[in-house]
Amino acid sequence: MGKQIFEGLKVADFSWLAAGPQVGRELAEHGATVIRVESHIRLDALRTFQPYKDAKPGVDRSAFYAEYNTNKLNIALDLTKPKGKEVALKLVKWADVFTESMTPGSMAVMGLDYESCRKVNPGIIYLSTSMQGENGPATLFKGVGHHINALAGYCSSTGWPNSDPTMIFPAYSDFIAPWYSLIAVMGALLRRRKTGQGMRIEQSQLECEIAFMGPHLLNWAVNGRDLGRRGNRDFYMSPHGVYPCRGTDRWVAIAVQNEDQWQWFCDVIGNPDWTRDAKFATVVGRKQNEDELDKLIGEWTKAFTAEQAMTMMQESGVPAGVVQNCEDLLNDPQMKHRQHYRVLNHAAIGPHSYHAPAYRLSETPCDIKRASPTLGQDNEYVYKEILGLTDDDIGDMLAEGVITTEYDAPFKASS
Amino acid sequence: MTKHHTLLEGMRVLDLTDEKGLLCSKVLGDYGADVIKIEKPGGDPARNIGPFYKDIPDPEKSLFWFATNTSKRGITLNLEVHDGQEFFKRLVSKADIVVESFEPGYMDCIGLGYPDLKKFKSDIVFTSITPFGQTGPYAHYQATDLVGAAMGGLARILGDLGRPPVRLGPDPQSHFQAGLQGALGSMMAYYHKEMTGEGQHVDVSMQEAVELTLMNVVEIFDLLKANMVGLGQYFVTVRPDLGPLLSRTIVPCKDGYVTFMFGGGAFSGGSQSSRAAVDWANTEGYALDLKDFDFPTMWDGSTITQQESDARNASIDKFLLTKTKAELYEAAVKKGLLLAPCNTIEDIFKSPQLKAREFWETVEHPELGDTITYPGAPVKMKETPWKIHRRAPLIGEHNEEVYEKELGLSKEDLAVLKANGVV
Repeated sequence: MGKQIFEGLKVADFSWLAAGPQVGRELAEHGATVIRVESHIRLDALRTFQPYKDAKPGVDRSAFYAEYNTNKLNIALDLTKPKGKEVALKLVKWADVFTESMTPGSMAVMGLDYESCRKVNPGIIYLSTSMQGENGPATLFKGVGHHINALAGYCSSTGWPNSDPTMIFPAYSDFIAPWYSLIAVMGALLRRRKTGQGMRIEQSQLECEIAFMGPHLLNWAVNGRDLGRRGNRDFYMSPHGVYPCRGTDRWVAIAVQNEDQWQWFCDVIGNPDWTRDAKFATVVGRKQNEDELDKLIGEWTKAFTAEQAMTMMQESGVPAGVVQNCEDLLNDPQMKHRQHYRVLNHAAIGPHSYHAPAYRLSETPCDIKRASPTLGQDNEYVYKEILGLTDDDIGDMLAEGVITTEYDAPFKASS
Repeated sequence: MTKHHTLLEGMRVLDLTDEKGLLCSKVLGDYGADVIKIEKPGGDPARNIGPFYKDIPDPEKSLFWFATNTSKRGITLNLEVHDGQEFFKRLVSKADIVVESFEPGYMDCIGLGYPDLKKFKSDIVFTSITPFGQTGPYAHYQATDLVGAAMGGLARILGDLGRPPVRLGPDPQSHFQAGLQGALGSMMAYYHKEMTGEGQHVDVSMQEAVELTLMNVVEIFDLLKANMVGLGQYFVTVRPDLGPLLSRTIVPCKDGYVTFMFGGGAFSGGSQSSRAAVDWANTEGYALDLKDFDFPTMWDGSTITQQESDARNASIDKFLLTKTKAELYEAAVKKGLLLAPCNTIEDIFKSPQLKAREFWETVEHPELGDTITYPGAPVKMKETPWKIHRRAPLIGEHNEEVYEKELGLSKEDLAVLKANGVV
């Protein structure tokens, strides 16, 4: 593999769950040395969630955890012990970038807040990302991204008008916030190069998810209109929906954006008489009769597989796509072409798929080379080679439990 | 007053995108980059996307346009005529990043592709944001927000059982994800350019941008061969031997719905939340059957039966029905409950938390004689504050500023270009 953007960049990753660790992962996949700090006393919660290798729970068996920790080094260190703090500060001194995603205030308790870190390393770029930010009445809120989905209005506005709000399975803010913070981290590094100054970046994941619905917020602010639930309806396009196809629970999405596409759509479905009916001949008519329109389209799509329907539409220039499930994704010819999934061999899980970023860099492609480490997998290398500790130091730390080695309760999967 | 520096000052971006990529340069612009939005003469078609200011459909009143073009200047330029192409190249020679979202091959076709620009501006970062990427079997497929949600796998895991899969309500999330990935990829390439002087092509796929939001569902299929589907109001834990464990996490309360995760196991936050909820319920005579239940050791998500889980959930859900969203949320913050109300947009605007954080930004729109409230910073930085540096540009608003001051044209030249359909 050729040159990497962040070769030589050092990252101390004290974050957990998904929003924080993805920052370190993206840097690591582009050449940075990223050390993830954890302990058996306080496991990263993702280690306690599905999916486990062979469905058997275990500290190192979750692919959910593995997903966000490729290319990193991992050490076990108990930060509640004085010696643990001391070693952590050595790591701070070593690092260019520090990331954490604990409840606001937690890092100060451990003596690893920005002020403490900058005393030992004034140039540090320090990222704090939390649920709702470091101040305000809800700063100590303990939820996860699913609660942010609810607070940010996504549950209330997703799904069907005649049903309840929708559970959004992904913790969606975890897939918005890290990209905003990464851009800021890179900007801060370039600024440090010019000014010599470090800085702190502070993020509320709730605010990121809210900022991601800008037009709808403006619609409320200006027009007083709430979004509500619309199923798959669009305010402007018609037809616009997800239609049943041949097979069990197979669907195709079709979205007609303009008059040309409507004509092409009609050609694909064989120009049946109803398309010339006054009710459907104009877009206003189609918008007014969408229930009936959707039913008629569904009658046509049912005769084809989702793949056939997509291909026929796309070949005529009509936007359409299979509603792909995960099996489809892993076999998707387009994503295969772009090598979106890369198989790496994990020490406890074995070979499994990791996704690449959504962008391809022509000159400095990402290098996803090392599966997520197990907890403490790189203790020896990091403590000795990077932090310069001796075998005796390490022996003492093991004996005193500063380097943790075991989760001391029966490990029960969370649900 | 001291003038604050911005995070990305010194970066210049030329934005040729339509709705598929508009967010990309907004993100960079709000961080301080100098962004020039280049529209075709007459204005970008994305200006026709609603909703509209006071419901007046007008290309200068699109709230979609307002929300996705803050911190940009705007000029018009016809890239399909020779003179327009020459002006574009002159702008490129002073720029760091070009962002475009045309069909793959279009920029090459008009002689403005990455290989063409690289010839005279070797360190240019050229970012392409398209539905499926620049090459491959679907490279020329068309996609809207809904098609992105379908092909990227997100629609499949949303919606009620027995009804069609749905997209996320606050559209267009697929375009916004692609735009944000475009900003990230551009920033990566810009960082590299600043360090080494080397430019490159950044090829973004909306499909993959959506796929990144799937959390652990691909891993669940990869390891357990279970295909996730939308389960309405339920969270699911996949157990190959026992079958899926469904937990209702969108739960009715006295005046609406909350998201509440009730469970246990090794996730300490989950077990602590469940204990706190049960203790609270017990004081009012509810959930007494769970009084002595030890969540970390007695709740095992991999073996608990659906019946047991339902019974325990039902016991606490009865208690939630006696409380309002506000009462529950207040307790959630105080007691560490994994619970939050299902807010409407109106609720979001009333949030005391967002107010305390000074989240909202007020932006003046002098041509409307109005100020509009916008969502604010995705990160806070004391030294280089994030801000909306200017409202979205009007059509050709900065033509004079850019063509006359920067490219040295006279007013007469500009008039000739306008008459010839170049600007």
